[in-house]
Amino acid sequence: MSTTVLWYATRGAGAVSLILLSSVVVLGILSALRVQAAGWPRFLTTGLHRNLALMTLVFLALHIVTAVVDPFTHLGWLTAVVPFSSYYRTFWLGLGTIAFELLLAIVVTSLARPWLGHATWRLVHWLTYASWPIAVIHGLGTGTDTWSAWLFVLTALCVGAVLAAVAYRLMADSPDPLAEPRSVFQAAVERREPR
Amino acid sequence: MNETRLLAGRDLAMGAEGIAEHVRRLGRLPAAGKSLIDLLARSGLTGRGGAAYPVGLKWRSVAAESHGSAVIVVNGAEGEPHSKKDRLLMTTRPHLILDGAFLAAAALRARQVILYIGEEHYAARQSMSRALAERTAEERRLVRIVAAPARYVAGNSSAAVHLINAGIATPTTTPPSSHERGVDGAPTLVQNVETLAHIAMIARIGQATGTVLITMAGGVNRPGVLEVKTGTTVGEAVALAGGAPEPAQAVLVGGYFGQWIEATQAWALPVDPEALRAHGLTLGCGVIGVLPASRCAVCEVTGIMRYLANESSAQCGPCFFGLRALADACTRIAQRGTDPNDLLRLQRWASEVRGRGGCHHPDGAVMFLQSALKTFAGEFSRHPAHVRRSA
Amino acid sequence: MTKRFELRVDRIKCDGRGLCAEILPERIRLDDWGYPIIAEGPIPDHLLPLAQRVVEDCPVLALGLRRVESRTRSSR
Repeated sequence: MSTTVLWYATRGAGAVSLILLSSVVVLGILSALRVQAAGWPRFLTTGLHRNLALMTLVFLALHIVTAVVDPFTHLGWLTAVVPFSSYYRTFWLGLGTIAFELLLAIVVTSLARPWLGHATWRLVHWLTYASWPIAVIHGLGTGTDTWSAWLFVLTALCVGAVLAAVAYRLMADSPDPLAEPRSVFQAAVERREPR
Repeated sequence: MNETRLLAGRDLAMGAEGIAEHVRRLGRLPAAGKSLIDLLARSGLTGRGGAAYPVGLKWRSVAAESHGSAVIVVNGAEGEPHSKKDRLLMTTRPHLILDGAFLAAAALRARQVILYIGEEHYAARQSMSRALAERTAEERRLVRIVAAPARYVAGNSSAAVHLINAGIATPTTTPPSSHERGVDGAPTLVQNVETLAHIAMIARIGQATGTVLITMAGGVNRPGVLEVKTGTTVGEAVALAGGAPEPAQAVLVGGYFGQWIEATQAWALPVDPEALRAHGLTLGCGVIGVLPASRCAVCEVTGIMRYLANESSAQCGPCFFGLRALADACTRIAQRGTDPNDLLRLQRWASEVRGRGGCHHPDGAVMFLQSALKTFAGEFSRHPAHVRRSA
Repeated sequence: MTKRFELRVDRIKCDGRGLCAEILPERIRLDDWGYPIIAEGPIPDHLLPLAQRVVEDCPVLALGLRRVESRTRSSR
């Protein structure tokens, strides 16, 4: 297979993965905020979030496989699982490995949620807020040699969308109307003397 | 006078009965074993904390799980505002309660006894502490005292266990239930102090005392705790409390989770947990409140609904929002006068909220309200405005 | 004996997100405050797959399916 085709496939799949992952993060935030509208039920937000996450893994697999198979990069299969083990762009690629593994952990625990329970699942799911920025930085770091305007614009749009969603989440009230009265009551019935 | 009453012995105004007097009057603590559990089952004793669960059954289920690890929680939280019987027992007959607790510890092979006493009930706590100091070293070693927060749901069994385990007195729904895995994961018996006092007597006399403790409240001349023979009528109990200074319109039987009965029908009701249950009523925590004819029933019911709504632990939407909405509708009727839409909402929300909470708090409140809507139907449908609307 | 199931909800875990009523409106509706009111009784067989989906999709895993025994009727 021509090395140029592989090279474009790697970059293309990487870009698509970035778009998909950013959408997944935004949809996750919208799920937590319980957004809904006429004709857009809540299970649509959660359903899309889940399906796009699985699609992200598919495109990530393509991205990783084409990169490893490409003779120009001299990457072995080990670089897909061991961070910072490549000679080629050690640091930036290592970040990609980390982001991929975090994502894998998140997806696997989500599939196993009925057995793991809600609390464990939620704990691991917070890693998304690590996985996404690491993926973005990996993309910027590995793409600078053949920097192109479209990749830069794409990244900027994705970052903008996620930052806007995060800002919205931070500024909005808790979507759970019981959150405040529950904590007020709990404070009133906490054990007060030392045991 | 019947000497097997719980409150027999020294005058109640003289304070706590010490161990010497207690033993002189009633004899030493009898041995406990499996035969005690059978005796309790035969006696038909039911819990006196409000739920009236058969004691024999409860002890059997804890005994089945216990392998020397069980925990006894002595529930003296008494969160019901008008109830005073548990505090009275703790301040005047603490050794009866402790006897019951140690009998339970022996019969269920427990390694811990926890006295759960209201944080603001200083006299009760002091009395129980002093009584504990008079017991044997072996008995004292088992016991610790835990303060119950001064909220209504803190007296709930799972809330008590939750406070002891995790430091927060809110009811829980996570299975399994306390009798299997409660305090520190051990099978746990949560028993009301009056029930334990009855058990201490049953173990000595081989049968039930035939009495119950009730708290008379509202329109009676001498409100307070009475020990009456099971089957005494409400009318007789009111007479024992000095009679009603003015005519009564209705009686609340069972406290805030009880039922309203029209006065003429209430006088003949027997103060007896089993007999009341046959009537579809409950003795609950034993509070019997007399409502004078001069008081406004709607306003009275509204005040209690507001209280019950505020006492929701806010863990379940239907309870927190439902009780609040019901209380708000009652308040609107009380202040602005009857609106047929509010009456419809009361009926609808009451039937929707029932059974949809994590504990029985919303159920108790809803059944209280439904009995009020039935007994005071006329008053609710014709209530005038009490508060003038500002121009 | 046929295997029938009914939906149970843990009322403390339930957060009033409402996905369950969107997915299975035949058995679940929301009260005035967004919390589920579940129809009593076992779930009809043709709705079981949706009931399973409701259990999996609840964001806080508050729902569960509980087996109930029901007797088969003798043919008339």
